Amino acid sequence: MNEILENTVIAESVNRYVIAAPKIAQRRKAGQFVIVRVDEHGERIPLTIADADPARGTITLVVQAVGKSTAQMATLKPGDSLRDVVGPLGAPTHIERRGTAVVIGGGIGIAPAHPIAQALKAAGNTVISILGARTQALLIMEEEMRRASDEVIVCTDDGTCGLQGFVTHALADLIAQRGKPDFVFAVGPVPMMKYVSLLTKEHGIPTMVSLNPIMVDGTGMCGGCRVTVGSEMKFACVDGPDFDGHLVDFDELIKRQAFYKEQEQLAYQQMQERCQAESLAQATPS
Amino acid sequence: MSDQLDPHEIERLRSLKPKERMQIPRQQMPEQAPDVRRANFREVPHGLPAMTAIVEANRCLACKKPACVEGCPVGIDIPGFVALIVQGDFEGAVRKVKETNMLPAICGRVCPQEAQCEALCVVGKRGDPVAIGRLERFVADWEREHGLVEPPPTGAPTGKSVGVVGSGPAGLTAAIDLRRLGHEVTIYEALHAPGGVLMYGIPEFRLPKSIVSAEVEVVQRMGVQIEYNYVIGQIETVDELLERHDAVFLGTGAGLPWFMNLPGENLNGVYSANEYLTRCNLMRAYEFPYSDTPIAASERVAVIGGGNVAMDVARTAARLGAKEVYLIYRRSEAEMPARIEEIHHAREEGIVFKLLHNPVRYIGDECGRVCQVECIRMELGEPDASGRRRPVPVEGSQFTIDVDTVVVAIGNGPNPLVPKTTAGLDVDARHGTVKTNLETMRTSKRGVFAGGDIAIGAATVILAMGHGRKAARSIDHFLRTGVWDVEKVE
Ligand SMILES: Cc1cc2nc3c(=O)[nH]c(=O)nc-3n(C[C@H](O)[C@H](O)[C@H](O)COP(=O)(O)OP(=O)(O)OC[C@H]3O[C@@H](n4cnc5c(N)ncnc54)[C@H](O)[C@@H]3O)c2cc1C
Ligand SMILES: Cc1cc2nc3c(=O)[nH]c(=O)nc-3n(C[C@H](O)[C@H](O)[C@H](O)COP(=O)(O)OP(=O)(O)OC[C@H]3O[C@@H](n4cnc5c(N)ncnc54)[C@H](O)[C@@H]3O)c2cc1C
Ligand code: SF4
Ligand code: SF4
Ligand code: FES
Repeated sequence: MNEILENTVIAESVNRYVIAAPKIAQRRKAGQFVIVRVDEHGERIPLTIADADPARGTITLVVQAVGKSTAQMATLKPGDSLRDVVGPLGAPTHIERRGTAVVIGGGIGIAPAHPIAQALKAAGNTVISILGARTQALLIMEEEMRRASDEVIVCTDDGTCGLQGFVTHALADLIAQRGKPDFVFAVGPVPMMKYVSLLTKEHGIPTMVSLNPIMVDGTGMCGGCRVTVGSEMKFACVDGPDFDGHLVDFDELIKRQAFYKEQEQLAYQQMQERCQAESLAQATPS
Repeated sequence: MSDQLDPHEIERLRSLKPKERMQIPRQQMPEQAPDVRRANFREVPHGLPAMTAIVEANRCLACKKPACVEGCPVGIDIPGFVALIVQGDFEGAVRKVKETNMLPAICGRVCPQEAQCEALCVVGKRGDPVAIGRLERFVADWEREHGLVEPPPTGAPTGKSVGVVGSGPAGLTAAIDLRRLGHEVTIYEALHAPGGVLMYGIPEFRLPKSIVSAEVEVVQRMGVQIEYNYVIGQIETVDELLERHDAVFLGTGAGLPWFMNLPGENLNGVYSANEYLTRCNLMRAYEFPYSDTPIAASERVAVIGGGNVAMDVARTAARLGAKEVYLIYRRSEAEMPARIEEIHHAREEGIVFKLLHNPVRYIGDECGRVCQVECIRMELGEPDASGRRRPVPVEGSQFTIDVDTVVVAIGNGPNPLVPKTTAGLDVDARHGTVKTNLETMRTSKRGVFAGGDIAIGAATVILAMGHGRKAARSIDHFLRTGVWDVEKVE
C-alpha cells in the first residue's frame, strides 16, 4: 500500500499525485515508470515517474483520466492509498552531453518529458522544450518545464496559448531559423511522435521517443507490450520504453493501443452509471 | 466430498490378499461433466471421497523396494503414506507426505504423475497404476478442509538471513526449509501476488488459487516476509541484496515468452500464452468489467503448441466463450509434451486438434486484428536430437483457418533481468539459464544459489520444489561453514 499525499487537478482531467514510495524515489532515473493498481480489482496501469523527492520519499505522477482506472484514481483523496505501486520499471533514458537538445512533450506527454529535460540539462546540454496541447486548458507543467529548460516554446492546436499549430510546426520553424539541433526527444501521442520522427529523419537528427503500448506486468513476462523497432520485436517495458524514433513502426503501435477500446468504453460507461446511481441514491432521502 | 468412513469395509479391505487387491480397479475421481465445465472456471475434478481413497489405497502392494519412490523427484515415502490411508489415518498420511513435500495439495493436482511415480508403480505393469497423485491430493485436501494445517516448527534462530528472489514453487520451498533450519527469510516478488506460475499461469480450473493462497499463508505463518512489487534488477540488484542477506536464492523461473518470428505476429488478438493466462488468472479478466483487465472476446481461437501450457490456454479460451478452439501442433499426438490427462480433458471439452500442422503467417483485417492463420501440413521425418521424429513441412500444402484470436504457446525461456544486472553470474549462452551445480544449487557467484526453471529451463513444479529443498540444505551448509567450493552437500 502506498499513501497518496497530494492529489491536485492541474488541468482539465489531469491530476498530479504525490505518492509515498521511498525506495522508488531514491532509485528512479529519468525515463522510468511505475505500474499502479488502485484496488484489489484494479488493472495494472503504467505511469511515468514525472518527478521524485528522495528526501521526502515521494514520487510524482501526472495522470490524465482517459478511462475507468484513471478516472477512479482521480477520485482518491490524500490519505487514501494505492493498492500496489511497482517500480522503477523500464530502462532509464540514455542521457549524454550532445550540445543542443530539443525535448518535445505533447499533451500528457509533457509529464514524462519533464525528467528528461531535467536530466539533459544537468548533463550540460542546452535544452529547448516544445510543449504542445490541444488548447490552453489542457496545457500542463509549463512552469516546471521552464525551470528545467533553457527555453520553452508553447504551441496549441487552437492558438489559445503560444503559437498556433502542432509541435512539428514549431520544430520545423526552429530548424529553419536556427539550424539543426543535435538531439531530439519526443514523448506524447503516438501520431505526434511519428510525425516528429519523420521530420527529424529528413534532417538526420538523432531522435528518441518514449513508447506507451498496452502493458500488463512490466517485467518482460507477457510480451503484450511488444513493438517493432527496425523490424525486430522488442518488449517496451524492458527494452524501452525509449527507442530510436527513426526505426519504430508507429502505425502498428497505434493499432495495438486501440485493441481494447470497445471493452474499455463499456467498463467506463458502467462505472459512470454506477456512480450516478449511487449519488442519486444518496441524494434521495429514503 | 463425502467424509463418511465405514469401519467394517476398512477392515474387510485390509484383510484382502495381494491377488485380491490386484483385482480392485483404479478408482475414478468424480469430475464436472465436459459441457458444464466448459462454461465455468471451477476446478474440474472434485477429488476422491474418503472411502474411495481408502479403496484406492488398498490397491498398493506396499512393496519392500518401492519403484514408485524412484520415480518421484523428491522421493516421497509413497507406500508409507498410502498404508496410513489404508488404516483411515489421514492425518498421519499427510504428515508422512509433508516430511518430503510441503505442497502436496499442489503436486497432487499438477504433477505429471503418469510420467513419474505412477509410471514406475508395479501395479501399473499389468493394469492401471495406483493413483498416487490423487491420494496425495486427497490427504492434503482433507487436512486443509479440516483446518488441521499447521506450519512446521521453525528452527532456533541462527542470526543468518537469506533473500529469496521469486515466490514460485522453488522460492516458496526454499523459504520453508530455510525457516525450519532457523534462518531469517525475505522473499522478493515482482508481481503483486505470490506463487509464480501457480498463480498467474496454471488456470483456476486446474489449480484453485485459494489452494495456492492457503500454502502461501503457511509460509507467512512461519515468519517469512514477502515483499511484493519488488523487481530485483530494477529496485535493487542481487549485489545489494547480498549486503543485507548472508545468501541469496534465485527462483525467478522461466517467464520470458517465445514467439516464432512469423509475419503478422504483432497483430491485435495475437497473444503469448503468458499474457493470455495472466490476464485471465492473475488479473481475472473473465470477470471483466467487474475486474478491470480486459481480454479479447473471441469466437474462434487458434492455440499454437502441444504442451501443458497450450492445453491450459485452449481450455481457458473455451471457458471465455470461444465457439471453436483449434490446437495447432507440428508433431503428432504421440510427441505431445502435455500430460495425458490434460489432452483427454481438452478433447472432452471440444478442443479441435490440428496435429501435424504449423502456422506460417497471420493475416489481419483493416483494423489490424488477426482474422486468419495460414498453416502448412507437416509430416514426420528422421528423429532429431530429442529423439522425437522431426516434423518437416509438406510443400504446397498451405491453407488458412479463420480465427479472431491466436495464442502462441510454444514455450518460455528464463527472464534475463536478473542475470543481466548481476556481475559474476554465469549464464548458459544458449538457454539463458543461470549456470547452477545441480548437486549444490550453487551458481558461479559466491553466496548466490539458484533453482527451478531459472536453473534448468521450463520444467515442472515438483522439480522446482526439489531444487528449493536442495538449495536450502546447501545454503545452510554455506552459512554454517562459510565454505563455498564444495562438490556435494549432505
Ligand atoms: C510506459 C508508459 C508510461 C505512461 N505514462 C503515463 C503518464 O505519465 N500519464 C498518463 O496519464 N498516462 C500514461 N500512460 C498511459 C496510461 O497507462 C493509460 O492511459 C492508462 O492505462 C489508461 O487506463 P484507463 O483504464 O483509465 O483507460 P482505458 O479506458 O482502459 O484505456 C484508454 C487507453 O489507454 C491505453 N491503455 C489502457 N490500458 C493500458 C495499459 N495497461 N497499459 C498501457 N496503456 C493502456 C489504451 O491505449 C487505451 O485505449 C503511460 C503508458 C505507458 C505504457
Ligand atoms: C501455463 C503453465 C502450465 C503448467 N503446468 C504444469 C503442470 O501441470 N505440472 C507441472 O509440474 N508444471 C507445470 N508447469 C511448469 C511449472 O509451473 C514451472 O516449472 C514451475 O512453476 C517453476 O517454478 P519456479 O519456482 O522455478 O518459477 P515460477 O513459478 O516461474 O516463479 C518465478 C517467480 O519469480 C518471480 N520473478 C521473476 N523475476 C523476478 C525478479 N527479477 N524479481 C522478483 N521476482 C521475480 C516471478 O514473478 C514469479 O512469481 C506449467 C507452466 C505453465 C506456464
Ligand atoms: S510429488 Fe509428484 S511424483 Fe512425487 S509422489 Fe507426488 S505426484 Fe508423484
Ligand atoms: S510401486 Fe505401486 S504398489 Fe508398489 S509401493 Fe509404490 S504405489 Fe504401492
Ligand atoms: S508488459 Fe509484459 S512484457 Fe512488457
